[in-house]
Amino acid sequence: MPSLLFEMGAPGRGSRFVADAGGAKKYLPADLLRSELPIPDLAEIEVARHFMDLSGRNFSVDRNFYPLGSCTMKYNPKLNEAAAGFPGFTDLHPFAPDDGAQGALQLLWDMERTLSALFGMAEFSLMPAAGAHGEITAMLMAKKHFAAIGQGSRNVCLVPDTAHGTNPASAAMVGYRVVSIPSTSRGRTDVGALRSRLDGSTAVCMMTNPNTLGLFEDDIIEITQAVHDAGGLMYYDGANANAIVGLTRPGDMGFDLLHLNLHKTFSVPHGGGGPGSGPVGASAALAKYLPKPIVVRAADKSFALDWRRPDSIGPVREFWSHFLAIVRAYAYVIVHGEEGLRRNSLLAVLNANYVRAKIKDMLTVPYDDFCRHEFVCSAETLKKETGVRALDLAKGLLDAGVHAPTMYWPHVVPECLMIEPTETETKETLDAFAETLRALVKQSHDDPASMAELPLHTPVRRVDEAQVGRQANKGIGLRWEPPPNERAR
Amino acid sequence: MYAPHTERDIQAMLEVIGAKSLEALSSLPRGLKIEKPLDVEAPLPEANAYARIKELADANSAARMLSFLGAGAYRHYQPPAVPWFATRSEFLTSYTPYQAEASQGSLQAIFEWQTYVSLLTGMDVSNASLYDGATALVEGVIMSMHANGRKRVAISRGVHPMYRAVLDTYAAGMGLEVTEIPLSANGLTDASKLDASGVACVVVQSPNFFGCIEDLTPAAKAAHEAGALCVSVTAEALSLAVLKTPRESGADIALGEAQSFGLPLGYGGPYVGFIAATREHVRRLPGRLVGETKDVDGRRAFVLTLQGREQHIRRELATSNICTNQALCALIATVYLATVGSTGLQAIAAANLKRARELKEAVCALPGFASAHEGPTFNEFCVRTPVPAATLAKRLEKQGILAGLPLSRFYPELDHDLLMCATELTSSDDIKRVTAALAKETERAVAAV
Repeated sequence: MPSLLFEMGAPGRGSRFVADAGGAKKYLPADLLRSELPIPDLAEIEVARHFMDLSGRNFSVDRNFYPLGSCTMKYNPKLNEAAAGFPGFTDLHPFAPDDGAQGALQLLWDMERTLSALFGMAEFSLMPAAGAHGEITAMLMAKKHFAAIGQGSRNVCLVPDTAHGTNPASAAMVGYRVVSIPSTSRGRTDVGALRSRLDGSTAVCMMTNPNTLGLFEDDIIEITQAVHDAGGLMYYDGANANAIVGLTRPGDMGFDLLHLNLHKTFSVPHGGGGPGSGPVGASAALAKYLPKPIVVRAADKSFALDWRRPDSIGPVREFWSHFLAIVRAYAYVIVHGEEGLRRNSLLAVLNANYVRAKIKDMLTVPYDDFCRHEFVCSAETLKKETGVRALDLAKGLLDAGVHAPTMYWPHVVPECLMIEPTETETKETLDAFAETLRALVKQSHDDPASMAELPLHTPVRRVDEAQVGRQANKGIGLRWEPPPNERAR
Repeated sequence: MYAPHTERDIQAMLEVIGAKSLEALSSLPRGLKIEKPLDVEAPLPEANAYARIKELADANSAARMLSFLGAGAYRHYQPPAVPWFATRSEFLTSYTPYQAEASQGSLQAIFEWQTYVSLLTGMDVSNASLYDGATALVEGVIMSMHANGRKRVAISRGVHPMYRAVLDTYAAGMGLEVTEIPLSANGLTDASKLDASGVACVVVQSPNFFGCIEDLTPAAKAAHEAGALCVSVTAEALSLAVLKTPRESGADIALGEAQSFGLPLGYGGPYVGFIAATREHVRRLPGRLVGETKDVDGRRAFVLTLQGREQHIRRELATSNICTNQALCALIATVYLATVGSTGLQAIAAANLKRARELKEAVCALPGFASAHEGPTFNEFCVRTPVPAATLAKRLEKQGILAGLPLSRFYPELDHDLLMCATELTSSDDIKRVTAALAKETERAVAAV
C-alpha cells in the first residue's frame, strides 16, 4: 500500500537543484510573500520508488488488452513518442517567430491538409485540445454562422439517444436546447422521428457514424439531406472514426462540421485521461468561422500563422494546438498513408466482428448484424437466470488482466457491455478474451454468488463509492489533509 | 503497419464471422465509398518517417536560440527523473481511471496532484486538471455564473491577452458580457475603476501579463461587497512557490497554467490547466475529481467521485462538457513537484527572481532603455525600448537571440515595450550577450532612420 507523497520525506531531505540565490525575501517585500510552502521534501529515491509503485497499480495498453468501447485503445507506436521528443519540437516556444518555426508550421499545415482530404472537409483547425473541446468549438461556429445569416433564433440541437454525453453538454454550453432522437429496433437513428422534430428552430444535429452501437447509419444521406432542408447543420462526432478512415468520408455523407479524437483514431496515447487532441473540420461554407490562428503557406512556400481571419470565432485555447500530440498523430499518418489507414479501419472492423461472432452464444448481441469497429452485447438474460450483472463480468475480466469493456452505455441496451478490440490486437488475444469471458459466464451459472466478489487479485478490490461521494459533496476527502496536531502547529 | 494480422489470420477470422471479405464487413451505401485516391502522401517506411520528422524538428531554428520569451510559456529545468518516471508505459498508455481496481496508480497520482494544487493555492479543493490556463479561466467564469446566476464578468486588462481572447470566444456563444478593468500607469489593475455591481466575478492575474505582481486584495474586496466572486489567474505557476497564495489574497477560485512544473515548451502544448476553489464551490467544479475511500477489504483506495456533475452522467445539465483532460501532464507536474520538493521549488523560484533582476538591471542600464513599470516583478518585466520593440526583436532574431515578446502584438499602443523573461536557466553570459546585442542593434536601428 503506497503512502501518499505527503506522508513521506523529511524536512532537510530536499535539494535546491540550482545555485543558491538566497531566499525570495532578498528580492521581494515581505508582504508579497507566502508564509510557508507546506509541500514535502523527498529524496529522489523516494520519488522513484513511489512512482514505480504507482505504475505497478495501473492497467495500460502496453500490458493489457482494453476492449473498451468508444475509446479506441489501440497500441501507441513508439515512433510517435520519439517524434514528440525531438528537441526541435520540445524546446520551441509558442511565440517563436514564424521564420524560426518552419518545421513545426509545415507539420501542422501537412496535417491540416491530410485530415481535410481524409474526412472530406474544406479546412481543419488543429487547435482544440480534446474531443469535447472540438464539440464546443463547432457549436460556437454554428452559433456564429446562424447569427451571421440572420437566423440566430435557431436554438435546438438534435442528438440521438445513443450519443456521447459530451454532445448534449457541449450544445447546452452555447444555450442550445437538446432534443433527443430515438433509435429504431435496428439500432439506427429513427429517421421518421428525426424528421418530425425538424423545423425553423433546428440549429444542429450531432451524430456519430458508425453510431455508438457500432452500426453504420445507412440512412445517413437521407438524414443529412433532411436536416439541411430544414436549414440546420450536421455535426459529426469523430469518436468512432476508427471504423471509416480511408473507406468513406463524413464530408461526402453531408456533414458540415466534425471533430476527431487524435488520441483514439490516430494512436496518440490516452495518458490516463489526456492530453488528447480534437481537431475540427469544416465545410467550405463554414471554414471561415474556424478558430484562429491557422497555418497558411505563402507564395514563396514559407509557412506562417494566419491571424487575419475576420469571421473566426477566435482562439479556443491559449496557444496554437496540443502540438506534441499532433506530432504523434502525424507520425502515425505518414507511416500508414491512405492505404495503411484504410487497412487499419478494415482490420478494426474485422476484429470487432470476430469477437462478436465468438461470444454471441454466451451473451445476447441485440443487433446481430455485421458491426463496425465495436458492438454491444447484453448480460440481461444472464442476470435474469443467475443474478450476475454486466458489472460483475467486467470486474471478473480485470482478474484476468483484461480491462473492462465500456458498461451500461448506451442506455438503450440493458446490462450493456460495449466492446471495441481495435485493429492492433492479435487473433490470439481475441481468442483468449473470448475464452476468459466464457469461463466467467460459466462461473456465473455455477457459482453466481462468487461473481459479486470479483475482482480478487487487483491492487484493490471493489471500492466504496457512496461514502466518498457523501464526503466529497462537502469538499472532504478530495486531498490529503495534514493531521490535526500539525494543523494546530 | 502496427496491425498484427497475417493473411491466414484474416481468412480464419472471416470464416468464423461468416463473411466473404474484409470489404464485405465494411460495405457502404451507394455513393459513400471513397473511389479515387485521396490527396494523401504515400506511406513511408518507419525509418524514413523518423528521419522526415527529425528533419522537420531540426528546421525549427528558434528552438536552438538564446531565448528571453515567456508570456505564458516558460523555459525551466526539467529534472531527468521527471520524464523518466512520468512517461512510463503504465501511465502513458492507460485509460481514464473509471475502473478503480485497475487504475489505482493514476488515481492516487491525481489525488496527489489535487493536493499539490490545493497546497500551492491555499484552496480547499482542486480538480484533476483542465486543458490549459485559458480554458481554466473559462471554466472558472462558468463556475461563478452558476454560483450567483449573473452573466457579466469584470476582467483585468493585465490578464494574459490569449486567455482574454479565449474568454471572448466563449462569451460570444454563451451570452456573457465581458468588461475590462483598466490598468494604471504602474502596470497594475486599477481597482478604483472597477465597477463590480452585477458581475459574476472579478478576474485578476498575478504576476500579470506585464510581469507585475498584483495585490488581489482590493479587487477581492470589491467583488465580495458586490456579491461576486474573486477569480485569481496564475500563468507562471512557479510564482506560487513564493508569493502570497490566491486564498490569502481573497480569491474564491484560483486557476491557471502549470506548464512550468516540468512540461516542455512544445510549441504551445499540451500543457496543464489547474482550478481550485473554496469548499463551498466543490459541486460546481468542472471535470474529474478523485476522492479517497476504502475497498471491500478495508484497504485505502482512490476513486473518481461526484460524477453526477459530469457530462457522461448529467449530459446537458453537466457543470462542464469536459471529458478527456490533461492527466499525463498533471502527472508530469506531480512528479516534478515531488522531485524538487519545497526546498527545490523555493530555490528555483529565487533563482528566477535573481536572474530576472540581473537582466532587468542590465537592460535598463542601456542608453535609452527603461523599466516600463516601477513595482516588483517575478521572472518577467516590461522594458521600454528606444526604437520600436518589434524592430529590435527582429534584428536580434537574426543573431540567434529571441529577445522577448514585443507587446505591440497584443497592445498596439505599447509599440516600444518588450516583455522579457529570465529563468533559472538564464546565465550571466546570456544576459551579457543579449544586452550587448540590444545596445548594438539599437544604435544600428537609430542610424538606419
